[in-house]
Amino acid sequence: MEIARHWRLKQQRYGLVGEVCPHCDYKIFPPRDVCPNCGDEAKTQYAFSGKGEVFSFTTIYEAPTGYDANAPYTVAIVKLDEGPMVTAQLTDLGDQPIEIGMPVEMVTRKMRNDGDERGIIVYGYKFRPFGFVPQR
Amino acid sequence: MTTPNPQNSSTLLRPNKPVGIVGYGAYVPRYRLPAREVARIWTGGKGGLPIKEKAVPGLDEDVITMSIEAARNAMARAQIDPVELRAVWVGSESHPYAVKPTSTLVAEAIGAVPNTQAADWEFACKAGTEALVAAMGLVGSGMAHYAMAVGMDTAQGKPGDALEYTAGAGGAAYIVGPAEESLAIINASYSYVTDTPDFWRREYQKYPEHGMRFTGEPAYFKHITEAATALMQAAGTSPADYKWCVLHQPNTKFPQRVAAQLGFSPEQIAPGLLVPVIGNTYAGAAMIGLTGVLDIAQPGDRILMVSFGSGAGSDAFDILVTDKLPERRGRATTTQAYIARRTEIDYATYVRFRGKLQMK
Repeated sequence: MEIARHWRLKQQRYGLVGEVCPHCDYKIFPPRDVCPNCGDEAKTQYAFSGKGEVFSFTTIYEAPTGYDANAPYTVAIVKLDEGPMVTAQLTDLGDQPIEIGMPVEMVTRKMRNDGDERGIIVYGYKFRPFGFVPQR
Repeated sequence: MTTPNPQNSSTLLRPNKPVGIVGYGAYVPRYRLPAREVARIWTGGKGGLPIKEKAVPGLDEDVITMSIEAARNAMARAQIDPVELRAVWVGSESHPYAVKPTSTLVAEAIGAVPNTQAADWEFACKAGTEALVAAMGLVGSGMAHYAMAVGMDTAQGKPGDALEYTAGAGGAAYIVGPAEESLAIINASYSYVTDTPDFWRREYQKYPEHGMRFTGEPAYFKHITEAATALMQAAGTSPADYKWCVLHQPNTKFPQRVAAQLGFSPEQIAPGLLVPVIGNTYAGAAMIGLTGVLDIAQPGDRILMVSFGSGAGSDAFDILVTDKLPERRGRATTTQAYIARRTEIDYATYVRFRGKLQMK
């Protein structure tokens, strides 16, 4: 059981909330309070748009414990529009092929149970194909 | 049982301050189970089908994740700061936890915490509109500027049961605010409830039970008809005054029949009749029917929405579209766009997705 950790990370997991450096405007995810670009303190919260593109991906058939109920699933490195790279599952693919450079958007989904079905449900970000429908 | 006195306007629920919908958002998951697949497994493919197909949530979806997406769509249309919400209410009969609110997680995900009410509502298929009536009260009394009401379900159907054909997934979120900021004004609502045991699920039971034909006349038809009639009489309107009518839709036939009985044409219910292609979304059913209408309605259009929840009751709403709607609806994904996003699955995949396999 890792309740405290799940609780501590909820904002970044549910809403892709990171930080922006007040000195050089560098966007930071996950939040680390120190700007990796200029080295200054960076504690200003910043909610990412959730838009990005697939930088690389792979499909997992032998999933680690806790994720096996969802296998096979695809994990991607997503380059966010604001700059940072995040590793996350892709979802809602249906029979859609994945391509490097494919635009994706963040959705909040069920990741796994903490422990078994008696534990809390852990929610977090995944990405799905963006623009699945033409805008009106 | 007494019939409400339609002449007595105090039976209407009308807030002190005029209120309306400032933002709305739909959500339908991607997967579809055709009704003929259920028939193939359980009846050898014989017999009539109550709908064409139903929406099925993916392995990583539940009422919490689906409510978050609908809520985000509603926020995108309303363009308000989430910290201004004073209530985030989610109505469902498929809350992921028996104890632990859905609503706090939804509120957290959209950035509405901590200065807000949060609560989960339950009233079979009308839990969502129940929250909507409460939101009208909270805003209409001046206690809150904005309140969010969500109706969302991943409905349960016993394998082989009549409800397995239709028990779908989806719903909608609404942000209620002052009428002058609204894309549609809610003139009034009216609620009609009685103790009618047509459908229920006992604690610790996985699937609901229902009273077969009893779910029709004394339950669905009685409550929808009474609520719609009383609202229209108190408001001094007739079906001809409404451009659109949205009804709770457990299958295709029921809303078509009650609409005709009330005097509404097939054209008036068409854009809000989504059950043939997404199934019965329970607490989401009337709510997402209304998003389907708002996606195409024009300023000045009047809408009658009547929900129904087993157990039993109906909430009826008299809604008037304002000139703010056309600009706002383009800010988020439309209901029909979600419906068009479609991957068909077979019964075996459905069994896996819905957790019907005993794994240990």
